[in-house]
This record gives sequence, structure tokens and C-alpha cells, in this order.
Amino acid sequence: METSRLRLRFVKTDNPPVWVRPLIPVLALVVTFILTSALIFWANANPFETYYHFLIAPLTNKVSALEILVKATPLMLTGAAVTFAFAAGYYNIGAEGQLFAGAIAAAGLGVAMKEVPAFITIPTIVIAGFAAGMLWATIPALLKVKLQVDEVVTTLLLNSVMGFIVSALLNGPWRDPNSGWPQSPEIGASAIFFKLIPRSRLNLGFVIGLLVILVLWFVLTRTSFGLKMRAVGLGKPAARFAGIHVGRTTLIAALVSGGIAGIAGVAEVAGIQYHLIGDLSAGYGYTGIIIATLGSLNAVGVFIASLFFGLVDAGAQTVSRVLGVPVYLGEVTQATMLLVALGFFLLQRYRLRRM
Amino acid sequence: MYIVDMLGITKTFGELVANDNVDFQLRKGEIHALLGENGAGKTTLMRILYGLYRPDTGIIKVAEQPVEIHSPKDAIANGIGMVTQHFALVPPLSVAENIVLGNTDGFVVNRAVIEEKVGAAAHRFGIEIDPKSLVRHLAVGQRQRVEILKALYRNARVLILDEPTAVLVPQEVDALFETLNRLKADGLSVIFISHKLHEVTQITDRVTVLRDGKLIGTVDTKGMSQSQLAAMMVGRETFGVTRKDEQHQQQPVTLHIDNLCAKNDQGMPALTNICLEVKAGEILGIAGVGGNGQKELAETLCGVRECASGSIQLEGKELIGQTPAGFTQAGVGRIPEDRHEGMVGDLTVTENLALEHLNEYTRSGVLDHKAIRNRAEELIRQFQIKARPNDPVRTLSGGNMQKVLLARVLSRDPKAVIVPQPTRGLDVGATDYVRQQLLEQRDRGAAILLISEDLDEILALSDRIAVIYEGEIVGILPAGEATPERLGLLMSGAVKEH
Amino acid sequence: MEIFIINLIGATLRVSTPILLAAIGETYAERAGILNLGIEGTMFFGAFIGFFVADKSGSLWLGFLIAVLSGVIFGLLMALLTVTLGVNQHVSGLGITMLCTGLSLFAFRLNYGGRSIPPSIESFQQLAPFKNIPWLNTLTEQYLFTYIAFLVIVPLAWWLLYRTSFGLKIRSVGENPEAADAAGVNVFAVRYAALAIGGGLMAAGGAFLSLAQLGAFTHGIIAGRGWVAIAIVIFGNWNPVRAMWGALIFGGASALQLRLQTMGLQLPIPYETFLALPYIVTIIALVLAGRNASYPAALLKPYRRE
Repeated sequence: METSRLRLRFVKTDNPPVWVRPLIPVLALVVTFILTSALIFWANANPFETYYHFLIAPLTNKVSALEILVKATPLMLTGAAVTFAFAAGYYNIGAEGQLFAGAIAAAGLGVAMKEVPAFITIPTIVIAGFAAGMLWATIPALLKVKLQVDEVVTTLLLNSVMGFIVSALLNGPWRDPNSGWPQSPEIGASAIFFKLIPRSRLNLGFVIGLLVILVLWFVLTRTSFGLKMRAVGLGKPAARFAGIHVGRTTLIAALVSGGIAGIAGVAEVAGIQYHLIGDLSAGYGYTGIIIATLGSLNAVGVFIASLFFGLVDAGAQTVSRVLGVPVYLGEVTQATMLLVALGFFLLQRYRLRRM
Repeated sequence: MYIVDMLGITKTFGELVANDNVDFQLRKGEIHALLGENGAGKTTLMRILYGLYRPDTGIIKVAEQPVEIHSPKDAIANGIGMVTQHFALVPPLSVAENIVLGNTDGFVVNRAVIEEKVGAAAHRFGIEIDPKSLVRHLAVGQRQRVEILKALYRNARVLILDEPTAVLVPQEVDALFETLNRLKADGLSVIFISHKLHEVTQITDRVTVLRDGKLIGTVDTKGMSQSQLAAMMVGRETFGVTRKDEQHQQQPVTLHIDNLCAKNDQGMPALTNICLEVKAGEILGIAGVGGNGQKELAETLCGVRECASGSIQLEGKELIGQTPAGFTQAGVGRIPEDRHEGMVGDLTVTENLALEHLNEYTRSGVLDHKAIRNRAEELIRQFQIKARPNDPVRTLSGGNMQKVLLARVLSRDPKAVIVPQPTRGLDVGATDYVRQQLLEQRDRGAAILLISEDLDEILALSDRIAVIYEGEIVGILPAGEATPERLGLLMSGAVKEH
Repeated sequence: MEIFIINLIGATLRVSTPILLAAIGETYAERAGILNLGIEGTMFFGAFIGFFVADKSGSLWLGFLIAVLSGVIFGLLMALLTVTLGVNQHVSGLGITMLCTGLSLFAFRLNYGGRSIPPSIESFQQLAPFKNIPWLNTLTEQYLFTYIAFLVIVPLAWWLLYRTSFGLKIRSVGENPEAADAAGVNVFAVRYAALAIGGGLMAAGGAFLSLAQLGAFTHGIIAGRGWVAIAIVIFGNWNPVRAMWGALIFGGASALQLRLQTMGLQLPIPYETFLALPYIVTIIALVLAGRNASYPAALLKPYRRE
């Protein structure tokens, strides 16, 4: 067929050109900010000024730069938790609830172990937080593996149930007798994560977060369990055929995921709040899903994404303080960024070709 | 007058040229065979006509008028209907609902009305089917009738049938041909995609032969012998690889299957008291029409389907109750029927090659990447796999995927090998390669259980041939006594030989 | 005792309404092959925007209409991501939920500040067709939307799904999109339509809470009801009528919990036990129903032609 008209079509390609990869986050960022600037106008602020306070200002002084790392800590942990489960094809949407399970363990033991020296207390509450998160994750994991009940729905519902457990504790036995506020008694000094840098909020939790990221990287890329997990996540029938125990692998991944989320709760209680409170987590469990996705389910990606989201969280507070733009701009930016980036991820698999 | 003209059709998929400047012309009221080997481009050409693919270049005319066919909807509007190999039916819906889907008059669908209309249409075209029954409950032959009726219901003047006999027993084939001849007499034009020569000579008026995506020629069927057509189709010996005739009577039995029973995914009995023995250095072929328990048999023997009762012994050692890993450990080489179910497409060639034997490459939980990589490079060389070690398996061609699977399994010198449909969808070269490998394993002394729906493949490779029908072994013949006719009778369930 | 039971049934119908609307919306999405986890956020945004527009314009109906429209838009956004771009459905849905939550909270803070007592509006009035018969009145004194949900939406949704060509298309694209495509059905358009309808119903459920049941907007207004609706869809085997029974079970458990609380009994267990009860009941129902659940075969699978 003789056609004079130039025809362009998207063609699927398996190997996108190398230069596309670093371009995607940048493009996604630009598009995200164009979209969210509508909200900034609505709040009667100047977008450029807002973005300056949002993304640049936090980096310009030490106090707020450290605050980024503080904000990134729970995100590194929940991001790693979600990655661990998602890599094995288990959709753990329950990191939020598991985080609170860990927080309950830390708040309870932190008070009970007041007289015990820190070098015993701190490891104990971390391990207990891991165990508590794991325990809470056991319910949906067993339902999935033994009874094929969809884990997405059960983990979501259990997040709500955990909310009620926390509320029952804070309005009941753990209500602070002095203040009457719905918060648990302050944990003992021996349970408090020490500061990495004096007069900042940066604490041991950040180091634990880094270690977990390191472990995540090692397990996923260097161990046979990591390969089994990825095989199960990417192709269950093939993994089963090759002799991998799909059920057992899924179960372990789900439990470890819950455990890591539990540590996130420990880090918030022992590193930041020193109490259990109802809004201990600003949806960190859910943000972890965004982070895992944007980080392409690998440890380095998760690390970078949590640092960036830490910046967004810190920046949103600055913007709210300085310009009066509601702090929820951060949440909107994160969600928009996710959706935009998902679109771009897909586009990189296509190439414009002349037919 | 031609009812369909396809002129200068070219279609590429990445590097692969599926159709290379092909012309195809269909007369009104003829049955026209589109003949060629697997991968010759027959299905691609017809998917273009039906709007499922867009051609890169070329024109399509229907009744002498140029048309643009962007989707099946356009094809249907032009009076073209297609029955694909994988039936395009929605199992939980009824026959009537399936037939009116996308072609309802008005918004409201009254069940009684559509059932009556579909029933009337079935009667008119002489196709026997109950419009009320759910497609889920129909046998394969019946589903095919639903598909044909669906096309006719939409006033198709051209009916494309993609390998319609592959899923049918000989008696159903006769019924199909009878229907087609009647429809032809009513003025319908039929395109009959096939690679089976005897069917082509039996039913068609003209034949168009494709090879490697190119048009070889269009001829009148009358006056062409099967061997002439075969020569056009392959341009070389049909099967480059065949078994050397040797007897292996004295060899010990390696794989012993006794009274094996298993259920299908729906929990219905799929295998009934299967008893088979495979000797060392022997290929035992399992022939049968697709869907008679082959899949379940292969899965049970690979340890991925639970058996209801019976025993599987490898050199006297019981395998029932073992995990898939246990089967591999015991020395069963397991190749899955669906290549994609044997390998994780998004993992690399290297990782997939190691997947079955991870324990050997692991020290206290940590993978020995170097050893895995070296092994992979060695196997890629040895099995002539056209891929780099770090390529994701999903980017490989079917033939190379199958080589990765063969490499993973055969490099272990298994005592027994289970191979269901090993060459399905492969090109000639890859097919020859796979068959050659199986024969080498046989000569090495492995016991090979070859399950295939391709009777020619069974006849070319097997020392003995067992026939499976509705989950039972209905006969076992030595290769020398097996003729296509005798096997056909067994495959249709008409007789049993024990 | 009779009073208690009649009261309970009346409350059950009220409490079930938003979940029923959302569950039917999700049924449509999933029947077309898309798991829409944006449900929780779509409900939240519906609740917010309905409240906001009603408050600013003084028209409850305008608020409700805009809420439904916003749900349609988020349904279409979900379609853009999962149908056109083929992005992972879990992640897209959760992303939409987060986006909706963030947008609502942003706008709420901007317009109402961070006050501790939530602003309220004059909400829709309940209908009382049997004012003179006390027991019947207790049962039937309901919001118009409750009547519409149970008496119009449920039968209509069922009829549309099982008795029209559009329903036939929805069921086929969620089960075997290749077959639907080959039959000339526009798979993409049908999925877009199903998600749009679904989103509208979800947002209507949210708006019911802020415009009728509560007459206010709070951060905890949805509180996981969207997730419950998803469980109810599975429990109801993707059938609108059976989803209604599921919604009633959850509604009944919630209503019972409210009654027990207001009775002011001194119980040895915290009242949160009763709050959590409906969620636990839902999980148990899911486990019991889950074994026989027949998921739409193409759920979670993006459809591509080549």
C-alpha cells in the first residue's frame, strides 16, 4: 500500500533506551507540580514561592535537613515492609495496622521495663515490636495461604480493627492518669532511642531503618530465599513447578513484612512520641505502598523514594507554617506523584516509531 | 468474483516478519484451505482479516470494495466471522447470551426471546445446540458449534476456521465437514486454516500455501496429491528427525505407573486407573485428542497435581506424596506443557536455569552468583540458546524458551523425562532440535514419556504408543503395528484394545 | 423487646445504605474486571464535596449531584490508569484513595480551618410515610436515599446486569475480554462505563453520610466502610442482590453495636469491641463465603490486543 501520510505509532519495546530511565522521575515530578499548583492557587499562594519552601528550603539549613531524615525513617521501614511482601506477590495493605501492633508492644514494654538498662530494653522492644507486627500479620497471611482468602481485603479490614484496639487501650487501661488525654503513659528513659545528633529529633530509629534497607537489599539480591520470593511473586505456577514451596514462601514473606512494619511503630514510639497515641502514624503504612511502588520493589529505590517523601513531608509542614497552605498538600503531592509516575513507567516501555 | 481480496499484506512483530507481501483471494461459495506449518503466518493473516491485527501495509477488499478493518466489529459488519483455536466464548454465560453478545437488538435482553431466536437460527443452519445451556457445561465439539452459529447468526458470508479439527475426534470432524458442505451449498465461503493434508484434500476446493510468512501459491485442490501439497508446504523432508528402529525389549522398567487416578481443576475425575510402564531407553508416546486427560496426566507425573489414588514408581521408588522438588531429586526430568508455566518470564535466563536446583548453589542461605552464572553460560553454549544470560526469559522466542527448559532438565541426566506437547508452537528448526534432544536422551538410556496431540510426532518418535481417551488408556501398540487409522479409532473412543 | 428489634431493623437499614451503594458500585467495577481500591477515597471525597457544595450553595441536592459527579470522575481516572495504561490495579486504587483523602482534607482545612468541633449543616429530612402507626413509623422513618438504594438501585442494578445488553457486555468483559472483543464489544468503553457508574455510586454512599446521616463532615466519616464494601462484594458473589444481604449483615452488626452503646450497659469489655465487631463479622463472612467465591476470571488483568 502506497501511503504518503506519515504514520506514527507507539511500539512496545522490551529494552527502553538508557537515557529514559533517569528522565522519568524528573518528568513525573514536573507534571506533578503543574497539577498540584492548582491547589496552591486556591490557597492564595504563589506556586514558585510554595515550591521553594516545599522542596528547597528544607535543604538549606541543618535543622530542617535533619528533619527530612526523621520523616523518612518510618517511610523507609514501611516501604521496606511493603516491598518484602509485594516482591513475593503478597499484597500486604496492612502495614498501617502492623505498625500499630509494634507500637503497642513498644509502649507497653517501654513502661514495664523502666528499671532495666537501655542496652537490654532497646533490643527487647525492637524484637518485641517485630514479633507483634508479625503476629498481627499472621491472621491475614494464614487466611491467605490456608484458605485462599484475599489478603487485600482482610489486611484493610484488620487496619480498622487495629484502630479500635488502640482506641480501646488509650481510652481504657492506658489512659494517662495525670493528663486524662487518650495517650499511654510515657515510656521509661531506658526505652527511648538515643539521639544521633544533639538538639535534633534524629535518633536510633534512622539507623535501624538503614539496617533494614540493607537487609532487604541483601535478602532480595543475594540469598536463595530472595530469589524464591521473586519467583513466587512473578510467576506462582512456574515457581511451584520448579519445586518452590509457594505457600511457605508467601507466609514467611508476609510475616517478615508485618514484622518490619512493627519496627516502624517501635521507632515512632521510642524515637519520637514516647507515648502511644491515636495518630502516631500519618498513614505511613499506606505511604509505604507508594514508596515500594515508586522504588520498583528494590532496596535502593525504596531508600531514595523514602528520602524524597521525607522531604515532601517536611516541606509540607514548612509551607503550612510559612504560607498557610494546608499541610495536606504533602499527601496530595505524594498521591499525584504516584499516579503520574505509574503512567510514565508504562510509557517508557513504548517507543514512538514511524510506520 | 472474489468475496475477499487481501493484496500485498505485510505484518511484522519486532524482528519477526509474520506475513511478507502476501496475496490471498477467496471466491464466493468455496472452501479454501490456508495451508502451512506452525508459524508459517496463516493465523496472523486471518487475524488481520478479522481486525485483531493491523497490517503494516496492504489492502483488503470485500466484494471488490476496499475496506478498512480496524476491529472485529468492522469485520463482522463486512460479513466476516472467525472461529479461533481458543474459543472466544464466555463460559458462565448461556449459549444464547454468547451468541447475541455484541449483537443485541435493543437495550433489554429478554432471555426467552433470545433463546427462541438462537434456537430458530440453529435449526435453520442445521446446527444442533441447546440455547439455554451454559457454555461452561459444554464439550469442546459443542463449543465449536456455538462459535460457528455465532458467526452465522451475524449473517457472516465468510467464515474463518482456525485449525477447527485440532480439538475434535474423527466422528466430530465428519459432522463438521457435513455442516460445512451444506453451508457452502447455501453460498457461504469458508477459509479453512490447517496443516493436516488429508483434511485439506478431503474438504476444500482450493488451497493457498504459506511458508515462513511468504505466499508459495494458490492451486485447485482437485488434481493435487498430498505429497505435492506437502512439498509446497515445507520445501524439504517433513520430519528431519525420526527414531532409528531398535528394540528395547530387554531393558528394565524405569517408570512404573499403576492404577493412577486424578481429578481435574473442577474436581471431576480426569484420569482413571492409568497403568503404564516406560523402559529405560524407550520413548512411550501418549496419543489422544486434546482434553482427554493429557494435561492432568503430565501434571500428576510432574508432581504438581495431587493424585487421588495409585502409584508412580521410579526404579522401584514411590513418588506419590513427594513435592515437585522431590520428583526432581528422585531423577524425574519435568518439562511443563505450557512453557510459560515452567519459567518465570520476568526473571533472567540465568535465574530460571538455576531455579530448580537452588539448594546446590546456596551456602547458608546465600546464593553463589558466580557458580550460577558460569553454569548458565555453559548451558547456553551447550544447548545453543540464542540469548544472553541476563535477558528476561519473556523476551525469548518460543524455541529458545523451550531450549532453556530442556537445558535445565536434560543437563541433569534424568532417569525419566516427562514431555507433554514439547514442540507445540515451535518453528521447524526448533522442532527438529527438540526432537533430536529427546532421541539423544532415549539413546542415553532415559525412559521418556512423550505426550503429544500431534500424531505425526508420536509416530516419528515413539517406540510404543498408548492412546488416552476420556482419562483412560484405551490401547497400547508397538510402533510397528500403529497405523494412523488404528490409532484414530482408539482416539475416538470407538474401540479399546488391551 | 419488640421495640428494640424494630428499632434495630430501622437502624440497620439506615446504617447499611452507604455501604450498599458503595458495594453495588464496586460490584460493577469488578464485574467488568477492575478491582477499584479507590472506593474508600471516592466515598471520602463524595462525603466532603457533597458537604462543601451544600454548605456553600445552600442546596443539599446540588451537593449530592456534585458528589456523584466527582465519583464518576474518579471512576474515569481509575479507568485511565488501569484500562488504558494497564497499571497495577491495587496500586492505582490505593493511589486514588490517597489522592481523594488528601484533596478532601486539604480543601476542608482551607475552608474550615482546624477547628475541633466539625461544622454541620441542616441535613436531609427523613421521610415518615406511616406517622400514625408508631411501630411502622420506627421502621419506615428513613431518608429518601435509603428508599432509593433498597427499592430502586438494587433491583435496577440487578436488572441492568442480567437483563440488558449493557449488563451482558459488562459480565463478558470481566470474564473473557478476548471473547467480548472478538464479538465486537468495545472492551475499553465498557470498562470505562462500569467504573464511572461504580464511582458515582461510591461517592453517593459517601455523600449519604455527610448530607443525610450525619449532616457534617469529619475525618473519620468513612472509617473503612469502603473496605467493608469490597468484602461484601466478594461475600455477595458479585451479585447486587446478594451484596444487599451482605450490607445488611454489616449494617445489622453496626446498628446492634450502636444500640448496645446507647443502652449504657456497664460491660466488662470496652465499647470498641462492638465497634470492631462488624469488621470482624465481615472477615468471618468472607472466610465462609471465600471458599466458593467465583471471582470474575479477568479481574486484575489488563486487556491488550497485541
